[in-house]
Amino acid sequence: MTTYIIRRLLWLLPILLMVNLLTFTLFFVVNSPDDMARAQLGNKHVTDAAIAAWKAARGYDLPLLWNSEASGWSMLSQTIFWQKSVQLMLFDFGVSDAGRAIGADLAQRAWPSLWLALPSFVLGLLVNIALALLLVMFRGQWLDKLGLVITVIIMSISGLFFIIGGQYVMAKLWHWFPISGYEPDGDLWRFLLLPIVLGVIAGVGAGVRWYRSILLEEADKDFARTARAKGMSQWQVMRKHVLPNGMLPILTGVVAVLPLLFMGSLIMESFFGIPGLGSYTIDAINSQDFAIVRAMVYLGAVLYVFGLILTDIAYAWADPRVRLGDD
Amino acid sequence: MKWWLLLSCIVSLSAQATWNNPYPRGWVHENTLFSAFSAPPKTLDPVKSYSSNEWVFLANIVEPPLQYHYLKRPYQLEPLILTQMPTVHYDAASDTSSYTLHLRDDVAYAPHPAFAGQKRKVTATDLAYAIARMSDRRNGSPILDMMMPLIVGLEAQVATLAKLPKSSEWRDYRQFNPQGVEVVDERTLVIRIKGQYPPFIYWLAMPFFAPIPWEVDAYYAQPGMKEANQSWSWMPVGSGAYYLAENNPNRRMVLQRNPYFHAESYPHEAGSTVPKSLLADAGKPLPFIDRVVFALEKEAVPYWAKFLQGYYDASGVSSEVFDQAIQLNEQGKLSLTAEMRAKNMQLISSVATSSSYMGFNMRDPVIGQGNDKATYLRQAISIAIDYEEQIAIFLNGRGVVAQGLIPPGIAGASTDCNPITHVGEAGQCQRRPLADAKALMAKAGYADGIDPATGKALVLYYDTVSTGADDKAQLDWMRKQFAKLGIQLVIRSTDYNRFQEKMLAGNAQIFSWGWNADYPDAENFLFLLAGSNAKMDSGGENASNYKNPQFDVLYEQIARMEDSSERRALIQQAVALVREDAPWVFGLHPQSVSLFHGWVNNVYPNLMANNTLKYRRIDVTQREQAQESWNQPILWPFALAALLLMGLVGLVWRKQRKEHSL
Repeated sequence: MTTYIIRRLLWLLPILLMVNLLTFTLFFVVNSPDDMARAQLGNKHVTDAAIAAWKAARGYDLPLLWNSEASGWSMLSQTIFWQKSVQLMLFDFGVSDAGRAIGADLAQRAWPSLWLALPSFVLGLLVNIALALLLVMFRGQWLDKLGLVITVIIMSISGLFFIIGGQYVMAKLWHWFPISGYEPDGDLWRFLLLPIVLGVIAGVGAGVRWYRSILLEEADKDFARTARAKGMSQWQVMRKHVLPNGMLPILTGVVAVLPLLFMGSLIMESFFGIPGLGSYTIDAINSQDFAIVRAMVYLGAVLYVFGLILTDIAYAWADPRVRLGDD
Repeated sequence: MKWWLLLSCIVSLSAQATWNNPYPRGWVHENTLFSAFSAPPKTLDPVKSYSSNEWVFLANIVEPPLQYHYLKRPYQLEPLILTQMPTVHYDAASDTSSYTLHLRDDVAYAPHPAFAGQKRKVTATDLAYAIARMSDRRNGSPILDMMMPLIVGLEAQVATLAKLPKSSEWRDYRQFNPQGVEVVDERTLVIRIKGQYPPFIYWLAMPFFAPIPWEVDAYYAQPGMKEANQSWSWMPVGSGAYYLAENNPNRRMVLQRNPYFHAESYPHEAGSTVPKSLLADAGKPLPFIDRVVFALEKEAVPYWAKFLQGYYDASGVSSEVFDQAIQLNEQGKLSLTAEMRAKNMQLISSVATSSSYMGFNMRDPVIGQGNDKATYLRQAISIAIDYEEQIAIFLNGRGVVAQGLIPPGIAGASTDCNPITHVGEAGQCQRRPLADAKALMAKAGYADGIDPATGKALVLYYDTVSTGADDKAQLDWMRKQFAKLGIQLVIRSTDYNRFQEKMLAGNAQIFSWGWNADYPDAENFLFLLAGSNAKMDSGGENASNYKNPQFDVLYEQIARMEDSSERRALIQQAVALVREDAPWVFGLHPQSVSLFHGWVNNVYPNLMANNTLKYRRIDVTQREQAQESWNQPILWPFALAALLLMGLVGLVWRKQRKEHSL
């Protein structure tokens, strides 16, 4: 397995280089440094000299990929690609187009994202599995049918509705939670409870249906039938046989998502005023701060690839029949 | 462990009278004003910042030499950190004007690590340092290109600094004073400008000219500071009523009372239109509030909801909540709804010192040029676009139709109707009938909108940055306005960058733009049509590329004159010229509407001043009582949820029992 992991990690390099090259092309060909300067300098009194000064201050006055005026190594290193993208590969995020240190911002914002995403994820998982188990227990009966109808309804409703509706009912009408905000010192839970609850509710539809189908498959297998024939109650069959066997696909799906929890939730963070990485990305897009957008795209790619590796490892760990790197 | 967590939650909840208080415990009981911002500021560097959403913070932290009187109208400048208004002396021999600034001796910066615990007073060197710092291109001051031809020696200074080796090391700008900036002594500074330009004094009321202590500049230039977001952009230092105690543009900005703030008292005088109740605090020392909290609130819905719960002291009125908050009375005036009156709200509205207009590219062969045909066409379009309707439909009545390019409230603003588009009836300006526009179309050679060259409807092109789904209705409406004349309007939506490129290259035919006053002087609007500022030639702000020698002569005269009846007459002549030439369809001046809770005192709109937090006073007791009565938690849904849960558990238990009994 170690050889497999090392090989997969080595594969990371060309993948990330390609991601970097692609995002670089996308950002600098579609949007020239002059465009970036205009977007940052505002509407009033923007002169050519001001644009040139803005570019020079941020290193955008260099050629894109090849500096023919330089000599030797500088022909490659004295380019925007080298200065921006290669540094990014080394996780040196540099400063945003507005002049803030991106690394410091990421470190600060990763925690709120995680505080929101991790409990939402774990709680969502528990609730979804518990409800799916319940529906499987009562399969074919009125509770199962009602549950399916409700989950389909929840799936059909936009997540935004739950956010706005939840804020309106639980925060505005019932005064249970602050409508939005974030206070890391002390009462953090007061601010996170509502988005977590709403996140769980919004995810129940798809989650329950997905886990129900996995558990139903297991519940119909021979070992479950045998257990029932031996006199075990439905609850015991579920708990002791169906659930442990259903955990393999559940686990692999969960592991793939784990690293991405750092990236935050774009909409949830914006609506609840949580200063995480999701709202950081949205802000950067709105203000056309491409240094941040590039950093976030790159970080997302790294975490995604990392998540896939973790999934493979989780497979091997959970199912002894799977062997990695034995080919 | 989980019991501890549960216990801490219960203790935490029971300790609060309300559960939904979005602030740290205790803050709502203190002398704190709560406000919000919707987008993080890009920079708070005094020489760089040029945006109203940044000046909301910055203007309360740094102090330029002058400020606008809070209550006098028309807007009037007064000394802020000076002992008196600058004395201006024009020297005809050198054709320069000298502005002599005498600093107060009790003005000191808020505490900062760079001062090593010492109280640091503001000196004339700091004012000169700010101008020298502005002259360095690497600091990116947006007004540098405007000041260069004005301040003596600034251009040479820019060239000198540009020749220095490219480095991120600290530059001690005390060694780089422009020739026209002279530190006479510790408290006296002389700024010399070329020729006569009275509006220069308004620039002295903006943060660009706020003093910069060299120690702080050197402190921020140290290695590692930028990486820790310690810079002028994020931790500005000044002598204002507040200092930036917490700067987290990702979440919250907190201003705290500056312990070294100089003596300043609430004004004794007010303009004749200002309610006398606003003078109740006259003579009392400023500021009244100890702390101002700005929370990042990106979405309008939660902002409004928190305002109604009493957790924000003020709020704007977005279109989503307009009907809940505002109603139009029979005279078409805005007033509060019964719900808002019951909450003892205050409605503050004022016509912004801004102009939104539709511009014609005067270099365009169809719509532009100085010939009569194109002029008639522009005039016809000016009549046809019914801005009264646009204000009613899209702005809920929050706007005033423009009769010229200068907004109301600014010296020289037109009080009469634009005779090209409106006729005066019973003191009101009524838009001319469509028949007048059609007659002008016929004179222009486009009878019924038919272009004789093609025999089909005249096709015009409208460039806009409105690309969202919400803009579609407005664009459809605009198409209909042109269709009234038989013109086919082709809308070319584009992003702002491409739009800027088109404007620079003169590739746009018709476009929409706007201008927000830098200062309350007609010159700040007339320059938008000065030939020397044509965008295609100089990249200036004259986006229409309008060039009329008569207008340019008038503009040059106006720019060099102090406010007087003679100057106002010249302004009217200039306005009459552009009304006739119609390089713009004078659109509208938006009306800003804000709501304040009854416990916020001394609220009066001042569209020029941004340092108004120091005048505000709040009644904390009244706020506490309101918050408590408005936010009691509703508990019955808990009981309902518990019942549902118990029912579900019971169901499972019953099934289990049933299986066991089989």
